[in-house]
Amino acid sequence: MKKGSGLKGFVLALTASLVLAGCGSNNNEAGSSTSSSAPASSAAASSPAASGGTVKVGILHSLSGTMSISEVTVKNSELMAIKEINAKGGVLGKQIEAVVEDGASDWPTFAEKARKLLSEDKVATVFGGWTSSSRKAMLPVFEELNGLLWYPVQYEGLESSPNIFYTGATTNQQIIPSVDFLLEKGKKKVFLLGSDYVFPRTANKIIKAQLAAKGGETVAEEYTPLGHTDYTTIIAKIKEAKPDVVYNTLNGDSNVAFFKQLKDAGISSADLMTISVSVAEEEVKGIGPEYLTGHLVAWDYYQTTDTPENKVFVENFKKEYGADSVTSDPMEAGYVAVYLWAAAAEKAGSFEVDKVREAAKGIEFNAPEGKVTIDGENQHIYKTVRIGEIKADGQIVELWNSGGPVKPDPYLKTYDWAKGLSDQ
Amino acid sequence: MEIWFSQIFNGLSVSSILLLIALGLAITFGLMRVINMAHGEFIMIGAYGAYMTQQIFKSTLPKSLFDAYFPVAILVSFVIAFAIGYLLEVTLIRFLYGRPLDSLLATWGVGLMLQQLARSIFGAPNVAVASPSWLNGGLTVFSGVVLPYKRLFIIALVALCLIGMYLYIYRSNAGRRMRAVMQNREMAACLGISTRRVDSFTFAIGSGIAGIAGCALTLIGPIGPSIGTYYIVDAFMVVVLGGVGKLLGTVAGALGIGVFNTLFEWWSDASLGKVLVFLCIVAFLQWKPMGMFAVRTRSLD
Repeated sequence: MKKGSGLKGFVLALTASLVLAGCGSNNNEAGSSTSSSAPASSAAASSPAASGGTVKVGILHSLSGTMSISEVTVKNSELMAIKEINAKGGVLGKQIEAVVEDGASDWPTFAEKARKLLSEDKVATVFGGWTSSSRKAMLPVFEELNGLLWYPVQYEGLESSPNIFYTGATTNQQIIPSVDFLLEKGKKKVFLLGSDYVFPRTANKIIKAQLAAKGGETVAEEYTPLGHTDYTTIIAKIKEAKPDVVYNTLNGDSNVAFFKQLKDAGISSADLMTISVSVAEEEVKGIGPEYLTGHLVAWDYYQTTDTPENKVFVENFKKEYGADSVTSDPMEAGYVAVYLWAAAAEKAGSFEVDKVREAAKGIEFNAPEGKVTIDGENQHIYKTVRIGEIKADGQIVELWNSGGPVKPDPYLKTYDWAKGLSDQ
Repeated sequence: MEIWFSQIFNGLSVSSILLLIALGLAITFGLMRVINMAHGEFIMIGAYGAYMTQQIFKSTLPKSLFDAYFPVAILVSFVIAFAIGYLLEVTLIRFLYGRPLDSLLATWGVGLMLQQLARSIFGAPNVAVASPSWLNGGLTVFSGVVLPYKRLFIIALVALCLIGMYLYIYRSNAGRRMRAVMQNREMAACLGISTRRVDSFTFAIGSGIAGIAGCALTLIGPIGPSIGTYYIVDAFMVVVLGGVGKLLGTVAGALGIGVFNTLFEWWSDASLGKVLVFLCIVAFLQWKPMGMFAVRTRSLD
């Protein structure tokens, strides 16, 4: 009897703590909105967002919680782009004012904060999100309130909302070329390893279809929960399956555990190649380059990418955030998003969402990764695909690139073998 | 055959890690009854302790001495976690004895604060800790079976901690006082034991051991502000399954969960393996609600 009541009490306390947590974040929000409410109320009457000499934009990333590891740096590069544009005179003669909100690695919070940015702060556009779950949580809000979201991270494709611009890679700008690259190198037996959520599962579905169509073989497919930290059994399974390559879609901290334990098991990149799609310069720094030397990654941008724009970008970033800081693909995509939005607003002569969206079609920009162009049809951007190898100093050196920007194809309509994948 | 051997070793290794993260909790929760939700954060503090020691060694001492940083780091992690645990007990926990729900909420809040503090001090991204070169590589038993030195080291470290704790709790005067207070507080106080001091010290030791766990985990896992959240559930599972208040139970609980987790993961996959383990634990606790080793004293009623 006593035990039962204790258990009830435990559940009760947990619920109470959750409620408290909810209250906590509400308080936060109230705090931050009061600090910025004065200009918002004056702006509400006439044209949205643009009031006086400033135009408001929202930045919505996880600044706390498990995803903050990755998202804080994207926020930093977006703020840097805003600062640069402001220094050059702003957009349509107005200085950009960033309203920074914390998504707290919690998907409902992302939706709530997106609503707050759009309806209370009346921002002209929002830059934000990292995980597909956070994007899918925000999407209905942006469609309902006709807002504009710039999403800066590579993702699993199969989506195209009129209220979102996707500046990260879709699958045909990262995953599909990388599988082709592996097949060309004779790595036909592939072991698929991923975190257990929407991106790895969708990505692996595509990879399996591609391998089946092109003479490769999926020897095994394994998923581990997000935050999983023990990979000994997975590594034993990899040894048992004897693949040519491990295709790694693990996300977040699991990568650290996996690569440390892989090396401990006596497996180096010379014994077994891995290719990762969620490990960039920032993650390499956190894992320790000695565990990753020789392993492959697939992205559209590296800190070492050789363009004049990138030299400036890296230099400015280090000046702003310290000589130790590194730049990575999602950071670059966030930076590019701000510039693309500014260019679209200039071209439209207005900050109104519908006009900016129309004007954005076909806009070109010389980004650190090379020339990017907004595809008018699906609102993704043309990007150059790059396969890189991780070096002992933590930098990634390009081994192969697609030769030029690749047209985004989120629904994989141009691939015969992908028929049926996009129907679901 | 090889695979069986290496899976048994993996099971043992996972058990040793579980035991390491649960040992501190076996004291703070098992003996002191504080539902310590901040336990994971003491592991995190230990991990950052290792990181700081490494940075200091890197910047001040010659390269040849670098490999010696790890034993020092274990000590540093223990001391830092011990100190913060002591501080926490003196300023907060001691007002909450006998109020499990309040202590649950309070320690959970403290955990969140410690996470944010780590984020402010060290930044949100993970940091890297280079393992000492004498722990790289592994012992080749026969072809195809490699026992990584780091895993062997962790098993040895756990054994050492366990022996140390056993000697402290059951063979030292301080430990005798501690057991006396935990078993019958009023009687112990009547006999002239300062229960206040014993409480603070006990909680601090539990926290310090969590610090050691954090330091050891830098060898095989990530080091970031939120790593505590990955281990806290497992730690509670081990203590509850083993039987609250029994050191031997904690050992048995860790062994059980570790071995079965590895086996289930081998037969199914990581997500399903975890679910199966949880199912087994729930079923077991239905059968034996007090865990594997129930303590039969009146003090727990």
